[in-house]
Amino acid sequence: MHVVIVGCGRVGSSVALSLVADGWSVAVVDDRSESFYLLGEDFPGQFVEGKALDWDVLRAAGIEHADAVVTATDGDNTNIVVAQVAQKKFGVSCVVARVYDPLRAELFAQTGIRTVCPTKDTRGLMLEAVRSCELPTEA
Amino acid sequence: MFVLIVGAGKVGLNTARQLQQMGHEVAVIERRRTRYDRLVDELEESLIFGDGTEMWVLEKAGIARADMVVAVTGDDEDNVIIAQIAKLKFATPKVVARVNNPFNQPMFDLLGIDATVCATTTMLRLILHELPVHKFVPLFSLRRENLEVVELEVSENSPFANVYVQDIALPEGVLLAAIIRAGHALPARGSSEILPGDYVLCVLPRAKGRELIKVFLPEESAEELEKESELDTSEG
Repeated sequence: MHVVIVGCGRVGSSVALSLVADGWSVAVVDDRSESFYLLGEDFPGQFVEGKALDWDVLRAAGIEHADAVVTATDGDNTNIVVAQVAQKKFGVSCVVARVYDPLRAELFAQTGIRTVCPTKDTRGLMLEAVRSCELPTEA
Repeated sequence: MFVLIVGAGKVGLNTARQLQQMGHEVAVIERRRTRYDRLVDELEESLIFGDGTEMWVLEKAGIARADMVVAVTGDDEDNVIIAQIAKLKFATPKVVARVNNPFNQPMFDLLGIDATVCATTTMLRLILHELPVHKFVPLFSLRRENLEVVELEVSENSPFANVYVQDIALPEGVLLAAIIRAGHALPARGSSEILPGDYVLCVLPRAKGRELIKVFLPEESAEELEKESELDTSEG
């Protein structure tokens, strides 16, 4: 199984390392070469320096034979656009995109992208955490 | 008409001014604070501060009742997303998006944004039009119809020179639309004779360019000429 991960930040890099551990062949794309240090020195996958809007960069990362694509750059719109390119241009069926904005996450989920919205998830977890605190009862 | 413009740069601002002068209602969204501050006295309540890729900002600006949305920010991904939100979420009747980097044109086409404008490509074409060395000049394309308008310069030894329009075997689908002679446009009737020094305007499906070159410039390598006339937009 081959996966292309776009965006090598905290999330992208750790998803990459976990999938490597699961036995995937992994290629990571980022336009800042310095971000690849997050993968560690003995990262067995491939990294491709370049902009993911460039289809040749995606091809160099093996998108044409990819089983999955993960977009995790810090830009919602870049993540949505690259995810759609993966779907429509390269026929990848498993496409996962990080989208901070809950409204855009919901809208583009309708187009078949698996959108992950940290804002919504974090909000839920934080509310749950606050609500489950043991607070001093009012005397 | 009510037109919602996203991005108050040079293109967005001048589009807004022009439309207002023509009596249309406009709203303009701008996310750069300094740009907003500079323009708010002129555009007043038509100018909305915010990120036009956020749906609540678009809603505040009135996208739900917009007859047309124009996405002209400096960022191609943002323009794609604005156009898609307008179509998917608000069913905006008419959506136009700006392509900043011609390299990204296939992305707009792929994602169904059929009405696009690219200043760089347009300027390049106009500049090539002024270059005397080109005998085959793509002037502009009608993207939605997938048609191309090209200009052919008829030289002394061209197969089109001193020939009647009806006698030219044009590839199927290619329309010889007009003859430009000494600054005048003449209708290209079957009985019209093409003279050396004329320019001929053709309308053709994009895929027919190579075939037309073969007919018009048989002595030149069609591949090379087509490559030459194709705009090099690989660097942004």
